[in-house]
Amino acid sequence: MADRGDTSSRRDRLLWMGLAAPGAIWLLVLFVVPFYVMLAVAGGGINEFFQTVVPVWNPLHWSSWNLSGVWRDITGNGAFIGPAALRTLVYTAVATVISLAIAYPVAYFVARHAGRRKAFYLVLLIAPFWVSYMMRMLAWIDLLQQGGIFNSALSSVGLPGNTDWLGGKSVTVIFGLVYGYIPYLILVLYAFLDRIDQRLIEAARDLGLSKARTFWQVTIPLSKPALIAGTFITVLPMLGDYYTNQLLSGAPGTTMIGNVIEGQLDAPGYTGQGAVLSLMLLVVLLIPMTYYVVSTARASRENA
Amino acid sequence: MAVELDDAQIATTSGAGLRLADRLRPSPWRQPWGMEGFTCLYILWSIVPIAIAVLFSFNKGASQSSWQGFSTKWYVGNSVQSVLHNPVLHQAVIQTLVLAVLTTAICVPIGVAFAIGIDRWRSRTSATLNLTMIFSFVIPELLLAIALFLLVTQALTFIGLGTEAEVAGLVVWNLSWPAVIVRARLVSIGRSYEEAATDLGASRLGAIRRVLLPMLMPAVFASAVLVFASTVDDFVIVEQLSSTAATQPMSVLIYANVHGGLSGPALNALATIMLLFSLLAALIGLLAYRWMTRGERQSSVEALTNIAGM
Repeated sequence: MADRGDTSSRRDRLLWMGLAAPGAIWLLVLFVVPFYVMLAVAGGGINEFFQTVVPVWNPLHWSSWNLSGVWRDITGNGAFIGPAALRTLVYTAVATVISLAIAYPVAYFVARHAGRRKAFYLVLLIAPFWVSYMMRMLAWIDLLQQGGIFNSALSSVGLPGNTDWLGGKSVTVIFGLVYGYIPYLILVLYAFLDRIDQRLIEAARDLGLSKARTFWQVTIPLSKPALIAGTFITVLPMLGDYYTNQLLSGAPGTTMIGNVIEGQLDAPGYTGQGAVLSLMLLVVLLIPMTYYVVSTARASRENA
Repeated sequence: MAVELDDAQIATTSGAGLRLADRLRPSPWRQPWGMEGFTCLYILWSIVPIAIAVLFSFNKGASQSSWQGFSTKWYVGNSVQSVLHNPVLHQAVIQTLVLAVLTTAICVPIGVAFAIGIDRWRSRTSATLNLTMIFSFVIPELLLAIALFLLVTQALTFIGLGTEAEVAGLVVWNLSWPAVIVRARLVSIGRSYEEAATDLGASRLGAIRRVLLPMLMPAVFASAVLVFASTVDDFVIVEQLSSTAATQPMSVLIYANVHGGLSGPALNALATIMLLFSLLAALIGLLAYRWMTRGERQSSVEALTNIAGM
């Protein structure tokens, strides 16, 4: 009997492995290996004649040639990566704060106070989720262009209506980042806030806390996981964004780190440096990503 | 009739009065009109610009900002610049559909099998695989797209840029939808049904096929809708991995032509078609999801949140 149980459990294990195998192979070949290729390109050299990349597969032979090239662009004369990196941080921070300030009240209201209209509001909150990012940007390009509806609206109330909003304005780029990523943020906040135990808030009120103090001392602490997850969900893609900026400005004065990476990758002879820069961004993001992944894994283990 | 009772009143009202207040308003909390107004403003802000963009795809003139009358010329009428007649534009529509169908067809079965496999095969390897999968979900898309670009141009050059690379990349980028959603459903189903089936003589595989899979179907379907819609909307991976104009889907074409190039309202028409694909997928998904879970007494709110991958 024990013997039969053993073989059947071994057969089961083979079945589970077999089911997981295609996905595992796909992840290995198209997620793990690509980053090794990135390392090989970053540590590799360049064909001087064709200006093409020569990846080096053996880690022992990796050179720091590309790394020192990037380092020059960060610190040396005419450095352009430093300002772009700083700008990326500022844009992302401002856009995230604005997004949270808009998204939190909306998600809070729909999750906790919408009552019978909850499904109605939820449909409207989810709707932008199904509209492609490209279309949402296109819509604002239409509105913000010179002679567009936004400028006409401004001049009809007596404000200057000839601003070139798409001509390289930081304000426009930050606005675009907020508009682009806020639907995801709201959905994440909603999912967390919806699970807060209403009884805890009622208890605080019953025990005599004022509305404002209940909010600050009970609701906000209970919302902390929501705010952390929401911040990750917006900050990570914003740091790797290049298209919002390209679509709504395209000017060198608003270049973000994603634009630098994209530009280097396409420039002959600079692909290796693009790879180094991508890896640097990855290393920086690895800390928040790991935090997020570990906390998600822990949460799903607790649910299991 | 809106009866507003402030805190002091509630505190001093007698028991009978409280019951009356309860009857008039189910919750003792004051209706937060300010927040509701703010929410409505947000919703207007999020939807009106898109509605305007859709409207101008039907503009008679070539302007994206002044209305010159209704026409479908940017879809079918114009013999040079409409989506139907311009080869570049309708090729982009076809490429988007091809990518979405292929990606969904590959990604969903692999992801579902992966979810079942790692959920049941509890080991260090499966935990590592799970972590890798979640990493693939949170990594900025640009970094994954660049890594994939380097993979197909420097290492696996037999794949090369083009449709194959686009599908391969989209599958790995979307794999976490079915994996996460199906896994969550697996956890809520538990193992008892499957064990009952094997106790009654079903083989392990038979139990999965005849008992587990039917129960997983709503989750499988929800994730298929999500994969389909997010492939239609995808931009970064397809932009890095497309090669010629023939492998550029709609999102890439819009991006490339927004500043000059193809004329305005035709781009709006293209974006509207993209929107239509996503919304159709969402609608079909929601209806099918409600139908498949009809015995479970789920509220419409639950169905909505499940179909949006929350």
